[in-house]
Amino acid sequence: MNDGQVRICQRCHERPAEVHFSKVVNGEKSDRYLCEQCAREEGAFHFVLGPQFSMQHVLGGLIGQAGFPGNRGTAADALRCPTCGYSYREFAETGRLGCDRCYEAFQAELNPLILRLHGRAQHRGKVPARSGKELYARRELERLREQMADAVKREAFEEAAQIRDKIRQLEGGSADAPRV
Amino acid sequence: MHPGFSQWMSGTGPESEIVLSSRIRLARNLAGIPFPHRMSEEQGRAMLERVEAAIQSLNPGWHMTFRRLTELTALERQVLMEKHLVSPQLIQEPVRFEAVALDDREGISIMVNEEDHLRIQVLMPGLQLEEAWQIANRVDDMLEQHLDYAFDETRGYLTAWPTNLGTGLRASVMLHLPALVMTRQAPQVFTTLAQLGMVVRGLYGEGSEALGNIFQISNQVSLGLTEEELIHNLAVVAQQIVGREKNARDHLKGSAGIALADRVGRAWGILTNARVMTSDEALKLLSDVKLGADLGLMDGALPYTFPQLTLMTRPSFLQVEAGHELAPEERDRMRANTLREHLAGKR
Repeated sequence: MNDGQVRICQRCHERPAEVHFSKVVNGEKSDRYLCEQCAREEGAFHFVLGPQFSMQHVLGGLIGQAGFPGNRGTAADALRCPTCGYSYREFAETGRLGCDRCYEAFQAELNPLILRLHGRAQHRGKVPARSGKELYARRELERLREQMADAVKREAFEEAAQIRDKIRQLEGGSADAPRV
Repeated sequence: MHPGFSQWMSGTGPESEIVLSSRIRLARNLAGIPFPHRMSEEQGRAMLERVEAAIQSLNPGWHMTFRRLTELTALERQVLMEKHLVSPQLIQEPVRFEAVALDDREGISIMVNEEDHLRIQVLMPGLQLEEAWQIANRVDDMLEQHLDYAFDETRGYLTAWPTNLGTGLRASVMLHLPALVMTRQAPQVFTTLAQLGMVVRGLYGEGSEALGNIFQISNQVSLGLTEEELIHNLAVVAQQIVGREKNARDHLKGSAGIALADRVGRAWGILTNARVMTSDEALKLLSDVKLGADLGLMDGALPYTFPQLTLMTRPSFLQVEAGHELAPEERDRMRANTLREHLAGKR
């Protein structure tokens, strides 16, 4: 893939390139080599999705690349989602998944693709109140702890105590008998 | 289904001369059920019933009407697309178990069994992305009380395409950029947008041309940033493009005033006198006239907004207005008549 030479990142010109993007627009292939840090920092990759350039083409192109981290060649083709029976091969051809559980079934193949598409792997947005109950509660706790630390810093101890009571309540403890 | 105008076409809101509309779309799926392209008849119908019940819970406050696409004629379905209330994907033939719920102002649209089980869309006039997000977020919260969403802590909301993963959010603005096109700055602006992770599309989304100098710009990345960050980024970019377009308009008015006024006047002349007109020609001329009105090159304002005039010239809208199907030549005649009737003498 790199003619035996070590490639240098095209963005920082310092670190070795570890991530390779290929894009094919109307049969014209262009390559971009970045180190992992730059790839992450760029976040969004240089995909030009013009009118004649559909999502299928992009994904199909990506997944089909030899050397693409998620592409384990024909070995992965035989994989099937145990929930819906969708095959990895169908995914590679269409870029679309069969059901929500496919994400687990094909995770070894999908995770690098997701990182490449979004530049990030961890969701930071909205959490549904029911389906994401635990995470929802955890984020709320984090938020309150930050608020409490801030209140303490400002020496607003009364406010900090109130927040602490809320935290206890959320943790399942009792807000009675506050200690000072 | 009445083919009238939607609230988002009112031509109001911040920066409404250039920003025709703002849109928020949230992709949501139910846990453990195949995505629509893999559903059986039975699963598709069951999904419709579950979602319909959940949407009924939004009423009476939200005034939502739930319509199965099989209950509508092909023309009525296409009008929904021409009004941007549903995506081209939702109405792809043959329709099976797709549905759409619309509020009475046609600002909220919930598509069922499109590429994802649910696509919650909010459309508003002008640059109002944050406002649209707040409404979409509330609709989403209310539906989630009744539906088990497919969600995972790392990947966020799980979607049929990995490109929508995470927030499931696609925010977009529809912009009218005639001056950037005339001054040949558009390609450069769009290249920069691609580098910022933004996608540029034509009037009817993926795969459509930029007819009438209308462009849709949306976020490409949906995972790893919060909804507020994604929306803020797009709003900042939209504001910058609006600034560029305004500069280009000032420049054109200063350096090519006569040529511009001539172009606008000719467009008006054709629109108010032609007897035969294709939809592409109509959009092109309407774009010129709209620019003329924005720059004060016309006597008075147009009797309809640009999105309203655009809709009036769309093939399916014309046919629903006519009450029956029309051959392409008949449509071109009716389009010319409609424009003459609604523009001439009403200005």
